[in-house]
Amino acid sequence: MTQKVISANRLGDGLVVYLATDGSWAEWISGSVIALDEATADAMLAQARQAEQDRIVIDPYLIDVAEVDGQVRPTKYREFIRATGPSVRPDLSKQNYVPDPASHETGAHDTGV
Amino acid sequence: MYIYDEIDQTLVDQRVNQFRDQVRRRIAGELSEDEFKPLRLMNGVYLQLHAYMLRVAIPYGTLSAEQLRKLAWIARKYDRGYGHFTTRQNLQYNWPKLEELPDLLAELAGVQMHALQTSGNCIRNVTADQYAGVAADEVIDPRIHAEIIRQWSTLHPEFTFLPRKFKIAVTGAETDRAAVKVHDIGLIAKRDAAGELGFEVIVGGGQGRTPMVGPTIRDFLPEKYLLSYLEAVLRVYNRLGRRDNMYKARIKIQVHETGAEKFTEMVEREWEQIRDTAVELPAGERERIAAFFNPPLYDATGDGAEILARDVAGDADFARWVSTNVAAHKADGYAIANISLKPIGGVPGDASAEQMDAVAALAERFSLSEIRVTHEQNLVLPHVRQDDLYAVWQTLKSYDLHTPNLGLVSDMIACPGLDYCALANARSIPLAQEISQRFADLDRQHDIGELKLKISGCINACGHHHVGHIGILGVDRKGEEYYQITLGGSGAEDASLGDIIGPAFPYDRVVNAIETLVDAYLGVRADGERFLDTYRRLGADPFKEALYGTH
Repeated sequence: MTQKVISANRLGDGLVVYLATDGSWAEWISGSVIALDEATADAMLAQARQAEQDRIVIDPYLIDVAEVDGQVRPTKYREFIRATGPSVRPDLSKQNYVPDPASHETGAHDTGV
Repeated sequence: MYIYDEIDQTLVDQRVNQFRDQVRRRIAGELSEDEFKPLRLMNGVYLQLHAYMLRVAIPYGTLSAEQLRKLAWIARKYDRGYGHFTTRQNLQYNWPKLEELPDLLAELAGVQMHALQTSGNCIRNVTADQYAGVAADEVIDPRIHAEIIRQWSTLHPEFTFLPRKFKIAVTGAETDRAAVKVHDIGLIAKRDAAGELGFEVIVGGGQGRTPMVGPTIRDFLPEKYLLSYLEAVLRVYNRLGRRDNMYKARIKIQVHETGAEKFTEMVEREWEQIRDTAVELPAGERERIAAFFNPPLYDATGDGAEILARDVAGDADFARWVSTNVAAHKADGYAIANISLKPIGGVPGDASAEQMDAVAALAERFSLSEIRVTHEQNLVLPHVRQDDLYAVWQTLKSYDLHTPNLGLVSDMIACPGLDYCALANARSIPLAQEISQRFADLDRQHDIGELKLKISGCINACGHHHVGHIGILGVDRKGEEYYQITLGGSGAEDASLGDIIGPAFPYDRVVNAIETLVDAYLGVRADGERFLDTYRRLGADPFKEALYGTH
């Protein structure tokens, strides 16, 4: 069987998350629990459905992954973009984006025009 | 522009409170996602690839400076510092949090904005010519009737659960800048021989997987019957639309399958029954609404034209911007300034919060506090004195909003595509970026002339590829992004659908293919011919030959 991990969107903020080895839902695919067989995949899906019931995530599903250079990587391009962020905004990628607490506080900005 | 009365404001405020409670119940577990999804969609909240997405309605593309400044503020506080202007003159935020959305919507309501009917099978945000009220070739400001339709269609109980979504576009000008022939209903204001105002009614246009140029079902509908006639069209559709198959549920399929003539008869029959009893505007209401769109007091004093001529003569870059991005205004001494949201290598339609603030400030100072959003994903300052244009341009320049490419090859429409959209099969934005970089040389772009290039990342055609002079459609071929090219489409008054030119190209061959097509056009065009004109004159053969060497 192709290796699989579980992805979903987090209910509260909608961000893409993955079922991690410690049972939590992480924003990064790197710590995902990987199913190597159908039975494990089914068990993970059951766990994800419970998380859906518990209002942690929405719409969980299995995605195909492969190990590339020691990294877990989705095999489908759509899932690769979900895992990394919009390809056209590297500044907003999962790796690079850091919320700016100052602007979030006020939203204010003076352009001086 | 239109200002909410107490009824408008109460409706929007109550809706925010209702949604606040719905979000609370969802987070508390009182509503399942299945129960909540239709409720959030009715408030413009989608779940996209990376996060929730909020689609904010900008009725007929008109914004005040205060509203645009609020959109910038929201982008910073509740999103990631930018927004995306769409082909329906709306604004999309890509990263709002569900738990913060009620507060976000309350902020919008504070400036008379909302996200109602930006999703769902209802009458969507009504769109209009972005030059409404300022175009020289206009019969009437189409926003008067767009606003009347907005009020009539907002929470209309009979038309809240239509077979499918329903889009209405209105123009008051001969030149069609609102793509009215590819909408569910398109309205063109005109006057009859007696000088009475009325509308040409076009029904059943649209794009998506079954593109259609809509037929005219009535050449002239007297103005006073507008709402009863729309109601008749909607009733026929609501009764007979294909609710059993979402791919056949749009009115265009019904019009096509029934036949325009028979469909028209059905509408006319329905209309005969209701025309004198249907809900019409209360007496005085049309005038009350129209008064909001009275022309502002223009001040044509001074030597605007002379000063502009001097500024143009003194700065070649400014002169180029004026020649492409500035349009004639109906008032002496004024101009329409188009702001391109297509910088070379940029994301079509995206604007940062800083850019939005800058445009809002420019509008306040130089454009009577008004901004327009175009369906081609640009912004417009509609009332700029000619002698202020140079100052406007200099500020635009410092915010990278000065690209002189309106209507040229780099002024592309591109949908969000696979970078953001859950429905997309392929990316649109990176392709748009690469094409604009390939044609970065503005001299070359100007030599090529008007060329409407439009890119969609899937068959739903949000990027209007069917009506691009060159259209690009992303498809998924066994997990690979491929792109089908169409030629000869137009969304203007000479509307037509593009023809598929041949086999699709993989991502890394598309930019070369576009350049090949443009070069082929340059080789055979006659004097003064646009790309579209040459295609229409010669047909597909020279382009096929250039791309595939088939002859």
